[in-house]
Order: sequence, then C-alpha cells, then structure tokens
Amino acid sequence: MAARQGLTSRPRPITVMRMMTSDEDLATAAAAGDGAAFASLLDRHYDLLFAFCFRLTGSRSEAEDLTQDICAALPAKLGSYQARAKVTTWLYRVAVNAAHDRRRKRASYVRATTGWGDWEINRTAANEETHAQLDWLTAAMNQLGEDLRDTLALVLDDMTHAQAAEVLGVSEGTISWRISQAKNALRAIREKEEAV
Amino acid sequence: MSDDLNDLKAMMAGATPRPNAARRAAHLALAQENFDALQGSRTPARPTSVTGPKGLWTGVRTMLNAMTTKGGLTATTALVAAGFLVLTPQGQDLLRPPSAPQITMTGFDRPATAPQAGTVAELANVRPESTAVQDTPISGGADPLPAPTLEDPFSDRSVPVVRERQPALSASRSNEMESDAIGQVAPQPQAMQESVSVMDAPMTQPAVSGLTAARRVVVAPSPPPDNVASTPVSNTEEFANADSNPLKITAEEPVSTFSIDVDTASYAVVRSSLLRGQQPPAQAVRIEELINYFPYDYAAPDESEAPFRPTVTTFQTPWNADTKLVHIALQGRMPALDERPPLNLVFLIDTSGSMDDPTKLPLLKQSFRLMLDQLRPEDQVAIVEYAGSAGLVLDPTAATERTTILQAIQSLGAGGSTNGQGGLEQAYSVAETMAADGEVNRIILATDGDFNVGLSNPDALKDFISDKRDTGTYLSVLGFGRGNLDDATMQALAQNGNGTAAYIDTLSEAQKVLVDQLSGALFPIAGDVKLQVEFNPAQIAEYRLIGYETRSLNREDFNNDAVDAGELGAGHAVTAIYEVTPVGSPAQLSDPLRYAPSTVAETSGELGFLKMRYKDPGAAFSQLIETPIPDNDSIPGTEANFAAAIAGFGQLLRDDRYLGDWSYDAAIALANDNRGEDAFGYRTEAVQLMRLAQSLAR
Repeated sequence: MAARQGLTSRPRPITVMRMMTSDEDLATAAAAGDGAAFASLLDRHYDLLFAFCFRLTGSRSEAEDLTQDICAALPAKLGSYQARAKVTTWLYRVAVNAAHDRRRKRASYVRATTGWGDWEINRTAANEETHAQLDWLTAAMNQLGEDLRDTLALVLDDMTHAQAAEVLGVSEGTISWRISQAKNALRAIREKEEAV
Repeated sequence: MSDDLNDLKAMMAGATPRPNAARRAAHLALAQENFDALQGSRTPARPTSVTGPKGLWTGVRTMLNAMTTKGGLTATTALVAAGFLVLTPQGQDLLRPPSAPQITMTGFDRPATAPQAGTVAELANVRPESTAVQDTPISGGADPLPAPTLEDPFSDRSVPVVRERQPALSASRSNEMESDAIGQVAPQPQAMQESVSVMDAPMTQPAVSGLTAARRVVVAPSPPPDNVASTPVSNTEEFANADSNPLKITAEEPVSTFSIDVDTASYAVVRSSLLRGQQPPAQAVRIEELINYFPYDYAAPDESEAPFRPTVTTFQTPWNADTKLVHIALQGRMPALDERPPLNLVFLIDTSGSMDDPTKLPLLKQSFRLMLDQLRPEDQVAIVEYAGSAGLVLDPTAATERTTILQAIQSLGAGGSTNGQGGLEQAYSVAETMAADGEVNRIILATDGDFNVGLSNPDALKDFISDKRDTGTYLSVLGFGRGNLDDATMQALAQNGNGTAAYIDTLSEAQKVLVDQLSGALFPIAGDVKLQVEFNPAQIAEYRLIGYETRSLNREDFNNDAVDAGELGAGHAVTAIYEVTPVGSPAQLSDPLRYAPSTVAETSGELGFLKMRYKDPGAAFSQLIETPIPDNDSIPGTEANFAAAIAGFGQLLRDDRYLGDWSYDAAIALANDNRGEDAFGYRTEAVQLMRLAQSLAR
C-alpha cells in the first residue's frame, strides 16, 4: 500500500464527491493511508478547529499557532482514532491536549526568561493589553482557570456536557460543576466591572 | 444565570475571527506533507548547494580555487580541446579513422530477438525494450513497420495485390450483416420493447434522433490532401452499439438483467481514434469495455468458492452529489498456470488485399510472434488463411517447433480478394483433428473487417459458430487496422463463439491481449455469466446501468440456461456500475405520479438484491449466487474510483446528458489520483487519452 500511495501525486481535494461521506468513514480511510480522505477531512474541519483554538487561547495569533501545531501533529495522531468515536470528539481532544502542551512550553519559557528579561515580558503584557484586553470577553476568559476555559470552549460550541466530558476525559458531573464555577466567575468579573 | 453564558456565547461567536486564508492553506499543506511523510512517500528535499550532493559547478569552482593559475589554465585548455574533439563534427572527423564502417541498427532489423519469455512475470521485465521499439505511433503516416515484402523471404505469395473496394457493394453487405448483428446483440432499449424478445427486435430503425443511428454506416468525409496517409480514403467501419441505457424508474421496472462483457475492443478503437486526432464516433464507445479494459485489484475468490467473487460497494457519484454509484465487481479466479490444460490454437487469418497495411498483417505477424513465446511444449498451433488463396498454411504443429511456425507466419502475404471458400469450416475441421480430452480448443480469427469466411449468410454463420461452440471449440476475434473495421460483426461472432473480441492497434496492445492477459482470453473459468439486479423501490427511486447496452437481457432470460451470455476468463475482472438515485434525493429526474401510490412501504433497508448465474466450463446447468446490496456508503477505493472515472470518461465521449457540468478536468483528476499500482501503465495511458480527448473536444 505504501508503494501505491507513492504513485498518487499530491491529492486534490475532492470536496464535491466526498461531501456525503461521513467524517468517521473519512477518518478511517485516512488512518488506513488515504491521503485524499485526510485532506478532505481536514479541509472540512479546519474552520471549526480554528474557532475552537481561538476559544481556547483567546487570541488570533495564538490560535493560528496552535492550529498549526495540531495540523502538523494530526497525521501521527490518526492512529489513535477509534472507529467508533465521533471525529469531532477526537479532534477536540487532540486540540485540548495540544493547547496544554503549548501552555506548558510557554510556562517553562516564561520561567526561563524571568531572570533576565522582565522588560520583555512587560512589553508583551502591554501589547496584550492594548490589543486583546480591550475585549471584555477575552479578559474574562483569560481570568478563568485553564480547566474552566477548556470546558467553556467546548460548551460554547453547542456541545452537551456529556460530549465535553468525553473530550476532556472527565465525568459529566465535573463538567456541570465547572460550568457553574465559570458562571460564578463571570458574574464576579461583571460585578467588579460594573462597580468600577 | 444562563444569560451570562448565552451572552458569552454570542460574544464569542462574534469575536471568533475567520481563519486567515493563507495561514489556512499553509496549515493544510503542512498537515498533508506530514501525512505523506508518515506514509513513507515524501519526495526528497531538493539538494541545494549547501546540503545537497556537490554539483558540477561547485566541484569545478572548488577545483579552480584550489589550483594555481597555471594549473587552472592547463586544465581548462585541455577541457576546451577535448570538447572540440568530441562535440564538433570537425573534431569527430579528426577522431575517426577515415574508413570506419557505419553501423546502423534499428529495432526492426532484428525480428528474431523477440522476447524469449516463458512466463508473464519474466516478460514484464523485458517489456521496456519491446515498448521502446513500438513507441512510434503505428497510425502515423511514416510507419516504422516493414512492408511484408521486405520481411518475408519465405514466400511467393507475399506480393500485395491492390484491390479496389466497391463502396456501394460493401456498404450494402455491411448493412445486412450489421442489422443482423444488431438484431441479435443489441436489442432496443427495454423500456420500448419489454415484451418483445431479442430476436424479434424490429429490423427497421426507428427514426427518433441522430443518437439512435445504431446501424449507420459511418462514412468519413474526404480527407484533406495533406492528411491522406493517416486517414483511410473510404471508411466502411461499423460499430455495434445501441442507445445509451435510459434511466429506469424503480417502481415501474425494478429488475435489470444483463450479461457480462469482457471484451476490450472498444477501448482500443477509442484510443486509435484519439491518437489520430479524431473524436471517436459515439457508436464506437461501449463504456463497459472501456472500464473492463483495465486490470483491477479486486478481492479474488478462495479455493472453495465459486470461480469468481462478487464485491458490491456503494459510494457517492463523482458527477452528482445526490446520487450513488453501485459498483459491482466480479473477480475471476486465476488458476495455477502450470496446471493449465494443453491448448490447441487455430489461427484463422484474413490475408485479403486490404490487410496489406503496416497496422494489419505485419502487426498481426509480430503479435503472434509475441504470443508464441507464451505457449508450452504440449500446445499445438495450426494456421488457416482465408482470402483468394485459402487453405491450410500450417498443419497442426507442436509449439516447440518454433522455427516452422515462425516461418509459416512470415509466409503469410496479403493479396487477392476475400473469397476464401470454407475458411471458417476448414479452421473448425482442423481444430477437430487436434482436439483431445481435457484440452482447450480455440480458433483465433484475425481480420480487418472482412468476414467473408465461407458462409455468406450471416445467420448461417452465427448458427454455425454457435453449433461449434457447443462442441467445445470457441472462437475469439482479433481486429486489426482502421477504415474497414466491422466491429459489429466482430462482436457478434465473438459473443456467439464464447470468445472475446479485441482490437489490436499497436504492438503494446498485442502484448496486453496476447501475452499479459492470454490466460484470461483463452481459458474460461465460468460460462454464460449473467447478472440480475432487483432494486428496492423503497430505497431507490431511479437507476441507470452505465454501459452494457449491447449486453442487456430480458428478465426471463436470466433463469433460462439456453440463453447465451458472456464468458469469464481466468483472472478476468468485470465491473458493472449503476447510478442510483435514492428515494427523496433532489437528483430525482422523474416526478411522482398523481394517481398512483406515491410512496412504497419500506420493507427492507437494502438497496437491492444481486443475483448471478454462471456455468462451470462445459456444464449444461447454471449455478446461482445471490447477495444483497446493503445501504452503507463507503469510501471508494482506488479501483472503484478509477472505474468511476472511466465510466465518466466514456459518458463524456458518448452521451454526457447525466453528467451535469462534470468535465474532463474532473475525470482526469479522478483518474489521475487513482492510478494505483498500474504496473503495466494502462491507467497512465488512459489519463493521457483523456487529456487528448479534452483537447479535441474544445
């Protein structure tokens, strides 16, 4: 099969003819080495994925970088796709994990630079203020803890608590609890704002 | 409480930016690159001056940098001097001794070095050489094949006699043959004559439209003077075909019955036309033959199973997102070639004057020479020619006597009129003398369209062949050359003779038919293979069989073992494709009836039910295989996708009314992406032909 794949040149996205094929069939085919199916699948979900990354990160450039990380790693992750799972569930799980990885790297980067580049961090923070923190939404999201942010990012995409639980690998009750936490936090932020 | 969340959601929706198109494309490309890399097929990075192997100039520069000025001067001077000697004519004159003999050698100066291959696999290795020899298009004006007189030192019968054809006479004869052939093999569309049996099909052509001119004699306009060499002056070609299968409404006619077709002649004719720069006549395009031209990698049957295994897949139609293709694939078993029975071949060769053409008799000789290498010591060969000088050219001879057989093939010369009396009868009687228990008898008729093989009445001819078929001697037909090709009669004879009809336009095609796929052509594994599909009106509103127009059978013929159908050879793959419109699909073309119940109660989730009948070779009674067609869409694999692309290509050539705005571009892309392993390059060639057809269609 590998030799055969070598002969097919860079696959064109056959969007029209794959339109009716289910995500799950495409993912199974892609896992089996079908390049066209993979291209088609990613093409179909890229916008969704990007929007999710934006909700996870709260900034456009961060979202773009995160999406790139995911795209680069996705082919290797195809092996972990279980034929019975929904593709979106699997994709979101990959995205959440990638976001965690990214935050970890970032945290270590920040730790490594604390000693000698406070001015650099301050400058970045100032930039963030001018660009992003104008937006109440981003500010609010950024004040939430990571878990709450992940959970909200999923639930805001019309996912049920059960689905979000499946993506994050926690129980449904945990999701519900987190959502109420997030609501409390949001209300607190709003009240603080209105008090100002 | 939930207001906060809803506000947040609305805000989030508003704030979420659209992905940047350039970044998006870059990310998708990155993902695809990584995907390909994982599959182990990444194209290696281009070498640069830094990373790659040292290029010539880098090396020269390094050398010059390292050299002293004097050394550099000497070296470059020496280089220039050597270049002068080698590259300029004057320099070469200096190098060459004054009387050096000039030896020129072409591929055709060494006919005896045809590939000495015992097996197909072995031959595959030799292939590059033989195809290289054949690279020049045969149909071109300046043909590399030698004239028979040059190649033929053995015979006194080789002087070609140019024969004037009588166009009017030939046309009327052809018409007679043709209408008969049509009556036999090409029933009118079933919608028009469901109750009329095949043989009773009306002999007169219903003047419906230009599209229905099934038995029209195609007469090409006079060629322009500069094109004489490549275009036949008079064109009396005839093609067996019928109207494209119409759309059927499942509620009215749920059953579709047809015979398999393993012929490939139509593809070769289409190729020959396209390579001459002409669109093939729509009548010449039989889509099922285009599809079945290619070997497919379908699942082969196990030892214990029937001689072939059906695989049914359903997937979305490339040219219509709202319909599905039901792809039915039969893969015949490939018996161990070592155990094949001895073979008795009688070549029945047309040596009429019209065969005196580089693409006819000389190509035929070369083709048979290729085939000879496939035979075993226990096989026997005889040659009968029919023309003015009809007769037995070669007595039954063991295949080991290569020289004798080759000499006999070489001695064939085109000449005289096609008036051989009893050519066919003689061939059959020779075959009978060769017959023995457990051996395979086959007559291979090679002609350019003159079927005056001794029985002038076409009905008598067909009856004769059918009778002989029942005695176990089968007939295959090979067509050569263009201009006089009687494709309709070829089809009719081969179908009646349980054989295949192939059209040989190049030596490569001869290689495919007579070498690579010889066992399939000569050793049937299942006879009278019929397919019947009953569609479920609760699931399928409309259906349409793509191709197989000349092979349709009446519904009751399916269970009638007396009705002949196509043979499946060893290792043959047969593909049939239906385009079906699911109930409720926006693609449905027919409106529901006002006075009939509009919906059918759902009884089953199956799309339909596939039944197949076949006879074991020599058996009188058929066996039945049944399988439901489940309603689960799958991702079409390479093989199914390629078959779909060819089905689309055939429709573009023939009748594209169901294709919408699906174009050659889409067909080429689909075929190109699904060439698969393509060890013999057939699919690559098909993509090239599609490009050619696209240019010609503009």
